[in-house]
Amino acid sequence: MKWDLILSNSFYTAISANAVAYILVASGLNVHFGYTGLLNFGQAGFAAIGAYSLSIPISRYDWPWPLAVLMVIVSSVILALLLGIPTLRLRADYLAIVTIAVAEIIRLFMNSVRFTWLTGGNDGLQGFTRFMENINPFPDDGITLWAQKVDGYRLWLLVTGWILVALVSTGIWALMRSPWGRVLKSIREDEDAARSLGKNIFAYKMQSLIIGGFVGALGGMWLVLDKQSSQPQDFSTTFTFFAYTIIILGGIARAKGPVIGTMIFLFVIQFVDITLQQATRTTPTDPTPLLPEWIVDENNFSQVRFIVAGLALAILVIVRPQGIFGDKREQAFDVR
Amino acid sequence: MSADVVSYQPVPGSKKDDAILVVDGVRRAFGGLVAVNVDHVEVPRNKITALIGPNGAGKTTFFNLLTGFDSPDHGTSVFNGQRLDGLAAHKVARLGMVRTFQLTKALSRMSVIENMRLGAANQKGENIFRGLFSPLWRAQEAEITARAEELLARFNLAHMRDELAGGLSGGQRKLLEMARALMVEPEMVMLDEPMAGVNPALKQSLLEHIKGLRNEGRTVLFVEHDMDMVREISDWIIVMAEGVVIAEGTSDDIGSNQAVIDAYLGAHHDSDLGGE
Repeated sequence: MKWDLILSNSFYTAISANAVAYILVASGLNVHFGYTGLLNFGQAGFAAIGAYSLSIPISRYDWPWPLAVLMVIVSSVILALLLGIPTLRLRADYLAIVTIAVAEIIRLFMNSVRFTWLTGGNDGLQGFTRFMENINPFPDDGITLWAQKVDGYRLWLLVTGWILVALVSTGIWALMRSPWGRVLKSIREDEDAARSLGKNIFAYKMQSLIIGGFVGALGGMWLVLDKQSSQPQDFSTTFTFFAYTIIILGGIARAKGPVIGTMIFLFVIQFVDITLQQATRTTPTDPTPLLPEWIVDENNFSQVRFIVAGLALAILVIVRPQGIFGDKREQAFDVR
Repeated sequence: MSADVVSYQPVPGSKKDDAILVVDGVRRAFGGLVAVNVDHVEVPRNKITALIGPNGAGKTTFFNLLTGFDSPDHGTSVFNGQRLDGLAAHKVARLGMVRTFQLTKALSRMSVIENMRLGAANQKGENIFRGLFSPLWRAQEAEITARAEELLARFNLAHMRDELAGGLSGGQRKLLEMARALMVEPEMVMLDEPMAGVNPALKQSLLEHIKGLRNEGRTVLFVEHDMDMVREISDWIIVMAEGVVIAEGTSDDIGSNQAVIDAYLGAHHDSDLGGE
């Protein structure tokens, strides 16, 4: 077992540009669910919109990248309005149903053969990352972090991504300690009470949906910048539930919750994955793997990481239900 | 007893010389059930008015209709010269009519002081763009906090300032809700069963707080089942039964009103509840 490789790769995964994408998607969901109590089960839809609003204009229509980024902002706001206007006046469950459906519609649209000319269908879109490559100040062969090699482009995405995370997290933190954030929290606690005190609940929910959706779209954008390919299968409902897992891990309604939650989540998954990969590997010189094949073999170990991640989450919820940064006192009143 | 002597006609729909709230022909039906069908009611300014009636009389529905939490099928209500019917709840609150709830709505996972701060109207930092920059709302926040602390002290909650509201007892929540409503600086306070589930010792102090509201120049309309309390603090009483106002008057008038007695005893089915 090459522990230095396993550990360095797991640590890198926890801070990589891919992790940045998860942090942003989860941060957006934290604004919706954590602070405002909006049950958004379609955060993957916002991420998909962010990804494709960048890749379609650049790949298909050769737009300059600042316009494509503007497109990410505009389309995520439009999606939030489309989701919010019919549902935010209704009970919380309606938003949940509509968001999960819309996210699936978006994914199926991106996947459809009929629109392959636009979205690239199942193969997705490539070649939209050149602008990031062109302004990359790092040498192409990159650097080696411990035992992990990181190429120049990924390093550049990692650095800019963490700057983005710092900006977004600080922004959310600043908003949530302001009177604006106080109104959001009051909506989460009891929207009738907030209404009786003269707060326009609908407007605040809408703003929350827009802000969180926009941050989620940035996450989707970073995800496909890192993969250098935008593909519909990356935006399935599972992505949304990973984001929920992350904010529950890190602590709901905490600014640093998504950051720490993502790092733990991705570290555990990656660590389990490559440890098992090593433990089940057979080579011509060494035909017997470390783990006996009747337990797990090299064809089915990749499923095990999610079993272990699920187990870890279950243990955390039992031992520390408020998450890593949550406030234990709040748990006592969590029943409504 | 009452601070001022009131001398309105003790009949349903009686005229008040200075009515803060005038309701006309407000009706609300749920399917075939007419929950509220109020012909004409005026609520006197700067008085404590009680709204009483047997269970299912439509008191809370009437409250919801007035405060924008429900909208009437037809009819008008005018508060301080402004139409309320069809207005959203938050707009009603901004006009100066703030309500509390029968089941208290403390914001559990927020501290007591944050509950209070939320109540303040016209906060600069409640705008998303200004909220981002704390220098724009710091000063106002400090003012609000000072006012909130004053109110907490008055309602004997100062020691709970930084506790989460979910940790308060039932009675303390009633106090918090009332104090929070006052943060809006309302002209009229609508209390939905302020005494429900409150122990006798706290009841007395709640009564004093309600009287205090009137002494500050506010108008109070409250729904209550506790008749001792109603008799002790109300200047005027409005009685509802089956969605209709069946009587109005001082506590003496009401105590001897046959329609009211019948309504409470359930013998009103064959009597004329429009009652002159």
